Amino acid sequence: MAVETLGSAPRVKVAPWNDPVIRGWVFQIVVVGLVGFLAWYLVSNTIDNLQRQKIASGFHYLEREAGFEIGDTMIEYSPASTYARAIWVGILNTLRVAVLGILLSTLLGTLVGVGRLSPNWLLSRICAWYVEAFRNVPLLLWLFLFYKLISEAFPGPRQAISLFWNSVFLSNRGVYFPVPMADPIHKWMGVAFLVGIAGAWFVNRWGKKRQEATGQPFPAISAGLGIIIGLPALVWLAGGAPHHMSWPELKGFNFAGGTVIQPEFTALLVGLVLYTSAFVAEIVRSGILALHKGQSEAAAALGLSRGQSMRLVLLPQALRVIVPPMTSQYLNITKNSSLAIAIGYPDLVASVNVTINQTGQAIENILIIMAAYLSVSLSISAFMNWYNKRIALRER
Amino acid sequence: MTDAMPVGDRKPLAPPVDETGALGWVRKNLFSSWGNGITTVVLIAAVLWVASWFLEWALFTANFTAATGAECRGGGACWALIREKFRYIFFGSFPYEQHWRPLFAVITMLAMLVLSADRRMWNWRLLVIWGVGSFITFLLMFGQIHIPLSLILFVALVCGGIGLTLRSALAAPSERMAYYALVGIGAVGLVLRMVGALPAWSIAIAPLSYVETSLWGGLPVTLILATYGLAFAFPYGILLALGRRSNLPLIKGLCVGFIELIRGVPLISLLIMASVMLPLFLPSGTTIDKFLRAQVAVILFAGAYIAEVIRGGLQSLPKGQFEAADAMGLNYPQKTLLIILPQALRVVIPPLINTFIGFFKDTSLVLIIGIFDFLNTANQALVDPNWAGFPGEVYLFAAFVYFIFCFSMSRYSKYLEFELNKGTRR
Repeated sequence: MAVETLGSAPRVKVAPWNDPVIRGWVFQIVVVGLVGFLAWYLVSNTIDNLQRQKIASGFHYLEREAGFEIGDTMIEYSPASTYARAIWVGILNTLRVAVLGILLSTLLGTLVGVGRLSPNWLLSRICAWYVEAFRNVPLLLWLFLFYKLISEAFPGPRQAISLFWNSVFLSNRGVYFPVPMADPIHKWMGVAFLVGIAGAWFVNRWGKKRQEATGQPFPAISAGLGIIIGLPALVWLAGGAPHHMSWPELKGFNFAGGTVIQPEFTALLVGLVLYTSAFVAEIVRSGILALHKGQSEAAAALGLSRGQSMRLVLLPQALRVIVPPMTSQYLNITKNSSLAIAIGYPDLVASVNVTINQTGQAIENILIIMAAYLSVSLSISAFMNWYNKRIALRER
Repeated sequence: MTDAMPVGDRKPLAPPVDETGALGWVRKNLFSSWGNGITTVVLIAAVLWVASWFLEWALFTANFTAATGAECRGGGACWALIREKFRYIFFGSFPYEQHWRPLFAVITMLAMLVLSADRRMWNWRLLVIWGVGSFITFLLMFGQIHIPLSLILFVALVCGGIGLTLRSALAAPSERMAYYALVGIGAVGLVLRMVGALPAWSIAIAPLSYVETSLWGGLPVTLILATYGLAFAFPYGILLALGRRSNLPLIKGLCVGFIELIRGVPLISLLIMASVMLPLFLPSGTTIDKFLRAQVAVILFAGAYIAEVIRGGLQSLPKGQFEAADAMGLNYPQKTLLIILPQALRVVIPPLINTFIGFFKDTSLVLIIGIFDFLNTANQALVDPNWAGFPGEVYLFAAFVYFIFCFSMSRYSKYLEFELNKGTRR
């Protein structure tokens, strides 16, 4: 009885200005109205200003000739190319730094993070000081330092430091090293490499299944590496083992031949990786420390070595704690790669900045930057969320 | 029977020599196994090698007194460059004979930060500290401050409004009258000012010569950008976080959109936007100070990140707190300001300080749009052709200054985490 009366209690009549629903809507309409008014005010000012300054609008400028030089390109580009091409070069350069930075800083950061937990006091202290030194100083300062060191402390091309019997040259123009001459077989080696990765994945799955069924372990890592490296090598041998190399040689004031890693790229990558791995190390360390002590003790009791217990027992569990904060570090690397503009590496922001200065079309260009970074950020988060779901604890 | 001594009377044997004391420590921490021993030896060799090289460069062959860069060449570090340039690195292009002003401004800001770090100050005193501190800082930096009448009226309106919302049920009638008076004076005054019935009075405090922001540089700029960036971004971030947790769909959508947009793009793009697009957004003829533009960009950026940190604190509160506040009949501002935020903010203070360390470092990005913060003045010190070619010295010096600030803040955050968890720790 009592329950029924409670459930079907007649709504108390309140004055409209005291009704929370009505109040909520009024409040929302007021706020959205104010934001809308602000937006209208800004847009109308902008249109007015653009008309007065005779700045064109729209994305037609992308078709026009860019006319500026880009020092470091992954695809064919010349000043005669279009603005669209220039911005695309920038996007590719950003992606190159971001992808390499993510891989290397994950690797280094994990090593440092595990090193901080080492029973060796000296090693753990050194790793701790590495972390403190790098994360308490702005990234931009590290970038400047590395860039200035490379461009000022390294000798010019004529006095370049040569390594490995005159095949690799270090100078303030970058690192020159030999590459194989272009050969049709390289394409097939690339295909073999991809096939090798797929093969390694299947071998790994088969090995896991066999271990679950019979208990016999399978050396999946070495077998996988063997397939990934072996298949392209076989293709290379089958293609007649072309071994002509393009060697870097001093011609005039600079090197010709071979290939080069530009100093800007080196400084940016080194700075990003060293800086970010300090944060990654802290994430990895706290992830491992979050595990119950019984886990490492149980692994030791089973007779696993320290490396095995880390690889098979601790890290897979720690990953669950590690992945979410790691995702935001990956996003940070991508966003921080935009600091490239300060040391002259032609990334997306640098290309777009030149475009803004030449065309004056700030709004369109900034929209391009935002759209590019947002789509990269969203893809990284989507991938990491998928991975996070995969490794998450499967509960009933 | 004499040789059968009871066990309890036997003197305990001393532990083996290599298990206790310094030797025991070395054995346990450095040479516990073969692999460990080899690692230790290799590391000691590496550390000695690097340290001897660094000391040789930075101390033994370093030049502390050279008068020009040419005298420095060939030896180790050229610290004479720092000696020559440190006033420029710290204070930028601020008029040279007036350097005491940015110096005292920096000291005031540091005192302000240190005082706010004390938990006994976390009440109305904080407002006084920041009010007085900001006034002194900006008076020293600008030299002259004009406080317009409309600002005073606006502050009166806001103070009265806050008082009325929070203390409506508690205040004595006389106190309530005071709040009504403040609101009334503020509102009526602002309206009169807007229709032009009140003249554009302002209080001028001008004891020193005026120095415009384009001459500011060095450490005060970095500190102002970071401190006031956070001071304004904090309430803004709270609003965004509350909006994101709100039941009202339009408000929630606006806040989520803003937070995710800002967090998805790099700070540089916001700074470039502030420097090239803000002039387009405003009616023609109005110009905004470049420094203020950068400050606005930093505030918008910091707000989105702080909002996410505070959201974590809001989510950590049990639902019972919200329901209990509703059951007490508190309205939304009262519930939020008296019940929810005091608890939620307490949880997030350590991560907030870490966010602040991040912004302190990120302010260095403003050099891209041509503002002379600490890193930029250090950079400019390298440009002098007389002293060209010593980037390592200058950057190490700048890194050292940044390190001191960030490291002490991170220690403070650790200490605070320890202190605030005392109640829940067993």
